[in-house]
Amino acid sequence: MPSPRYWREIPSRYRLEAGRCTACEKVAYPARRICPGCGGVDFEPLRLSLRGRIVTSTVVHVGPDEFQMEAPYPVAIVETPEGARLMVQVADCEPGECRPGMEVALEFRRIRKEGLSGILCYGYKAVPVSHEQGEV
Amino acid sequence: MRDVAIVATGMTPFGELWQISLRDLFVEAAREALDAVDRPSLDGIYIGNMSGGQFVGQEHLGPLMADHLGVAGVPATRVESACASGGAALRAGFFEVASGASDLVLVAGVEKMNDGADVTGVLATAADQESEVYHGITFPGLYAMIARAHMEAYGTTEGDLAIISVKNHRHGALNPKAQFRQEVTLEQVMTSSMVSEPLRLLHCSPVSDGAAAVLLCPLDRAREFTDKPVKIRGSGFATAAMALADRVDLTALEAVSLSAARAYRAAGVTPSDIQVAEVHDCFSIAELCVLEALCFAKPGGAAELTRAGETTLGGRVPVNTSGGLKAKGHPVGATGVAQAIEIVEQLRGEAGARQVQGATLGLTQNMGGSGASSVVHIFERV
Repeated sequence: MPSPRYWREIPSRYRLEAGRCTACEKVAYPARRICPGCGGVDFEPLRLSLRGRIVTSTVVHVGPDEFQMEAPYPVAIVETPEGARLMVQVADCEPGECRPGMEVALEFRRIRKEGLSGILCYGYKAVPVSHEQGEV
Repeated sequence: MRDVAIVATGMTPFGELWQISLRDLFVEAAREALDAVDRPSLDGIYIGNMSGGQFVGQEHLGPLMADHLGVAGVPATRVESACASGGAALRAGFFEVASGASDLVLVAGVEKMNDGADVTGVLATAADQESEVYHGITFPGLYAMIARAHMEAYGTTEGDLAIISVKNHRHGALNPKAQFRQEVTLEQVMTSSMVSEPLRLLHCSPVSDGAAAVLLCPLDRAREFTDKPVKIRGSGFATAAMALADRVDLTALEAVSLSAARAYRAAGVTPSDIQVAEVHDCFSIAELCVLEALCFAKPGGAAELTRAGETTLGGRVPVNTSGGLKAKGHPVGATGVAQAIEIVEQLRGEAGARQVQGATLGLTQNMGGSGASSVVHIFERV
């Protein structure tokens, strides 16, 4: 990943910064310029809660080259209490445990590593609430 | 707007064609179509191609292909809408002829996927890089998530998914150009290796090379070239939220519903008028969701339709008589055009063992990404 892009995406990746439309209150994550709900252009910044519920999920057995070493790994769409939906990996659980409806916490983790000398890419992964380590 | 007809077709076999390059795949399909009508002079070329740049490091396909076809000078444009590139190219060619701007337009889809690229990674570029691919999701993974949501919402089972693969392989076994010309059993599908739960290898379309081409002209000139023209009666295109997480209902392919509604309206027909259809079964779950979005079945009802045999050859509305993407193969940019060729052969009565008797009205549906773009065309024998 080119480093300017990685730097640019840090607010959403490291701080889970979303935008709440001031007109219709829809929460867009990652933040956008135009509200997909009403077309409004004014947003207030909003940090998402570090918890949510799995809407749907899968376990990837055949991954892209750079993730294949980690397979099988679960991936889920998680909805936070603010109504934002995030695509995230699910860590610290048996792949089969990860099911729609499961409550999860979001924890800051390393997501990917680009070869031997590339950027270490961080972000959030979901963990089952029963397994969470830190305070939410 | 003028009426537009397809007057000639050409297609390579689909498969792992190690000995044929991207450009030669295009030339083989395009030349077959042009040879069928004594090579008239072309007014334009549209090339459906998802990712020549990533698969073989080749962009700027317009002039490359015109040059290698021996018609340098003709305007030639590459059209991209991920796996719907072929359908989008057909639509571009259709409107160029319908508008009166051009008479003879060649539309060809081509993809060379077996040349050493990280195919899973390249295909994933059709998803949202920032919010989806970063986290290691794949295309089978996205459709697996749709499948799991469909299972939660409607009680769809792995067996319901597997019967789609069994049906499409049964059809593909009858298609001389299909990548897989053999039937598979329900047990083989349900015990094949896991790709992304709940989708297994035999729920997934293969990695393919291939090209498909059609020649378009105004309907009122069609008889100069063939006594069996097929009219393009309607075209519909739609987009939807790019990221799966941004869709309100994960089981509803809104771009498919919208593109279908537009095509039905343009053609002045209803879903029950369609007698044969080629739909985008990149994964078994996709065919179920697409049949529901096309209003062939109510939401959650496509599995029952399939189990009842209504979408099998001999049924009420055979779907994917070519074998679909699953068995015929899925060279992504070529697929939309290849779907049109199957329907043209059906409407001309030239589909051999796959023939749907008496078919006069057919439909194609070609989809990009996890359903973020969709193109529907309706064809009629005239």
